[in-house]
Amino acid sequence: MDSAALIPAFRAGDRRALSRLLTYAERGDDAFPALYDELAPGRGHAMRLGITGPPGAGKSTFVSALVTARRAAGERVAVLAIDPTSPFTGGALLGDRIRMQEHVLDAGVFVRSMATRGSLGGLSRASLEASDLLDVFGFPHVVIETVGVGQVEHDIIEAADLVTVVLSPGAGDGVQALKAGLMEIADVFVINKADLPGADQVAIDLREMLALRSQRHGDEIPVVRCSSIDGQGTNEAIDAIDRRWRTLQHDGRLAARRHERSVAQVRRLVEQALRERLFGSDEDLEQSLSSSDLARPYAACDMLLDRFDAQTSHSRVSPTPKRNEPR
Amino acid sequence: MRTDPIRVLVAKPGLDGHDRGAKVVAAALRDRGMEVVYTGLHQTPAQIAEAALQEDVDVVGLSIHSGAHMTLFPEIKRLLDANGMGDVLLVGGGIIPEEDAAQLEAQGFGKLFGPGSRTDEIADYIEAELDRRPAK
Repeated sequence: MDSAALIPAFRAGDRRALSRLLTYAERGDDAFPALYDELAPGRGHAMRLGITGPPGAGKSTFVSALVTARRAAGERVAVLAIDPTSPFTGGALLGDRIRMQEHVLDAGVFVRSMATRGSLGGLSRASLEASDLLDVFGFPHVVIETVGVGQVEHDIIEAADLVTVVLSPGAGDGVQALKAGLMEIADVFVINKADLPGADQVAIDLREMLALRSQRHGDEIPVVRCSSIDGQGTNEAIDAIDRRWRTLQHDGRLAARRHERSVAQVRRLVEQALRERLFGSDEDLEQSLSSSDLARPYAACDMLLDRFDAQTSHSRVSPTPKRNEPR
Repeated sequence: MRTDPIRVLVAKPGLDGHDRGAKVVAAALRDRGMEVVYTGLHQTPAQIAEAALQEDVDVVGLSIHSGAHMTLFPEIKRLLDANGMGDVLLVGGGIIPEEDAAQLEAQGFGKLFGPGSRTDEIADYIEAELDRRPAK
């Protein structure tokens, strides 16, 4: 399918066009900025739910249970499942589909696996653009599942409207994972594997920590116990998520979050484009720097910036300037 | 030359539960810098073709030990073609007699790797095949 045919096919509901556009987003294809800008004004209809939490907490299993419940209510769901890229080889094993097999042949469900490709905050570089595409395609629910995260990876708030943090008992002190970042981004907590011993203790610890937060925000963060493997507690979790969603909608925080997200997106695009324009590639940078430059890093920085100012390129983001362009 | 990682779907069609080979190959391709989507056991041809479409992969790798390859493999190829995914490189491995392999290759399959194949050989083959193909 050539890129000119993608938008009409996408608008007509062709899943292959959606899939190919996701590929374009991921690889930063030259054709993508123009295609995306044509579709992006149509975003903002889906509930974008971020699912995050430590590795092995049961995020994929919870997502699968969530998809089952949404489908039972007749609602279509798209899932963006993110797994880590190896920093050594650039490869990735994307295994989230294993837990979602039962939904593969359901035309109301679309699952796409993405690798982080060097991004460190739990998402992949194009997660936001990819979830925008799923939103514009017409899925009323877009679920974004991050890689298993530790304490500080909270990029999910840059792509989701609201965030569910999934924890499980038996993973040491569950609250370890919540010292800072994760603790503050949760709209709903799910304690998964609630059939295992220790779930009550995790819930108690969590509520104690949340009590401090609630006083500050005047805002109740629900804690729901779940056993996703047999679907127990999923409906309660969904109720909590939907209630939270309505609260955010009514008090204006949803609109504020979306606005912030759009601003952050433009900032990120500018940063990416500038970085490419400044450096081209690591080899270009290395070639620009003599050993005397390297001895005085701040002076080298000024030198590069001066040279960048002097060349004041007229090229635009769309299409992306070629790497290794003569400067 | 492409700069983004090759995307591969590794799938086990049919009823056999021997996924050791599929996992070894998946890990080896990952270590070659590919993004490998692993779907797990007991996939139907329709599930495999749909997963390939949603993941927009460059390669579908099938592993089979049940002997049903002459039924399942052509069906997967047919469904991929019907999905507009006819340009995907289809490779396979497992217990596949030579004459069956020749027949499948004549139907448009890529190479089929039998017991004793080296993982390097599989990764080399995929890289070389995709280098010859136009970018999607």
